[in-house]
Amino acid sequence: MSDTTRMTATAIAAAVRGGELSAREVASSALNLIAQHEGELHCFNVVTSEVALAQADAVDEKIARGEDPGPLAGVPIALKDNLCTRGVATTCSSKILEGWLPPYDATVVTRLIEAGAVSVGKSNLDEFAMGSSTENSAFGASKNPWDTSRVPGGSSGGSAAAVAAGFVPIALGSDTGGSIRQPAAFCGTVGMKPTYGLVSRYGLIAFASSLDQIGPFSTTVTDAALLLEAICGHDDRDSTSLRDTPTSFVGPLAEGIAGLRVGVITDFLSDADPLIVTAVRDAAGALASAGATVDEVAIPELMSGLAAYYLIAPAEASSNLSRYDGVRYGLRVDGPDVAKMNAETRAAGFGPEVKRRIMLGTYVLSAGYYDAYYAQAQRVRTMVANAFNRAYERFDVLLGPTTPSVAFQFGAKIDDPLAMYLSDLYTIPSNLAGHPAISVPFTLGEAGMPVGVQVFAPALGEQAMFRVAKAVEDAQQAGCRGPVELSAGASR
Amino acid sequence: MAVEFTPEEVRYVATLARLKLSDEEVASYAVQLSAVLDHIDAIRALDLEGTPATSHSFDLVNIFRADEVRPGVDREEVLAQAPAAEDGRFRVPRILGEAP
Repeated sequence: MSDTTRMTATAIAAAVRGGELSAREVASSALNLIAQHEGELHCFNVVTSEVALAQADAVDEKIARGEDPGPLAGVPIALKDNLCTRGVATTCSSKILEGWLPPYDATVVTRLIEAGAVSVGKSNLDEFAMGSSTENSAFGASKNPWDTSRVPGGSSGGSAAAVAAGFVPIALGSDTGGSIRQPAAFCGTVGMKPTYGLVSRYGLIAFASSLDQIGPFSTTVTDAALLLEAICGHDDRDSTSLRDTPTSFVGPLAEGIAGLRVGVITDFLSDADPLIVTAVRDAAGALASAGATVDEVAIPELMSGLAAYYLIAPAEASSNLSRYDGVRYGLRVDGPDVAKMNAETRAAGFGPEVKRRIMLGTYVLSAGYYDAYYAQAQRVRTMVANAFNRAYERFDVLLGPTTPSVAFQFGAKIDDPLAMYLSDLYTIPSNLAGHPAISVPFTLGEAGMPVGVQVFAPALGEQAMFRVAKAVEDAQQAGCRGPVELSAGASR
Repeated sequence: MAVEFTPEEVRYVATLARLKLSDEEVASYAVQLSAVLDHIDAIRALDLEGTPATSHSFDLVNIFRADEVRPGVDREEVLAQAPAAEDGRFRVPRILGEAP
């Protein structure tokens, strides 16, 4: 049997659709690699081998009957474990949901199955997507396949690590303040947050509803565009889902970037690691060589985004997570009355970071603080969006780093929440504005770890964003992206 | 440190949030949340008089779908996931003070 684990999603789908590979062969290849290395990396909360083989067989049967098996025919995918999968445990890496079997599929899951994708497992995350390292998972952290002494980033760290390890060519994550782009940068993969409302959130377990968005991980920009095509579009089960949005992202990649105007955000270059600043400047130079016009732009308003985010996101989380009360699903710890049962259940079921954010959110929404903190944060949000939009009068896309540093060591920031939060400094503004952004591997930085460059675009500007991202990728340093070689052991 | 989240405030907010915290948790959250609030506090100094608040990036109002009958989730499948269920309903500890 051939090893298909280093193929792109585009190549697998073409080979399966063309009858050169069976979906079962591809699924078995992925499951074999996972069986060999999952123990050292812990990308998954559950590996769904039987589901994967059944989905693969369904694709092969469609092909045998002469039916169209879909654009992702036979492509193995990892699903972040905050996406509901009917009858398959969905935990958000929290003890409060351990063992819960959702009674329905998320819309993105339904669309992936229709597109022919094969789901191999539910990937690990920081509990309820709150964190930047997966160290907040109740079931243990995932490891960075480039160096297992380092975090994969978070919160979608399991998805990023699974792609970087070559377990799967594509994965889904969710991004509330950088939870796709930051782990993508840390693991040398592509990771993209779509425009708010482009992808249905139905069945995505809510963290901060006005910021959450589902998006793709992949090894190439083309694969990210392909996966976005499969999951995007209006869904009447999500009242924030946009209508009449673009549906084609792979085709426009061929248009190149001649004449596109690129602005480098200078405010993001003052505090980043020097090798990361150099990477952004080199990427800008490569875009100029490829025909774009490149200039610098200062957008100081973006630097207030982090503070606004850590008011808005915990406030929304404290409300969203009130549903975990021991009544309808998940854990219950009995008490003499309902209030004590609620409090005991939540004390036993939530980990330290989730409690911290519920506390922060409850505090800023409480009487006397609402106007000073929460309402002011909502005004900062308008300020950030306006500042981005002023820049987009002069530029088609913006360019900057994804993270201030490369992947850090386990334990480096876990006892200092503020330091951990600062790793989202450059990703948060896009969530506040509802705009798309993508992280593309560009070079290797400190300690030989991958460095991601971020491309930002205005609302529904995904097509230009992907075209520029592809040009960044075309100039990337050899060996700066996954999948990494696991055969000699993942640890270096 | 300009902003202080006292242990008493931590205990009060925990009650509002229906969280039972240990003494160790109260002590560590008082220190950690004070540091976070101190960072966040900077936005109070921004002059945003006249800037409207954004609650969602795109103002979508009155989203309706066609009023058609379609299947919902299966009741038995939902109740099977509940910590306790009885007679087609979720069972919880007694709320009203009547005798059993």
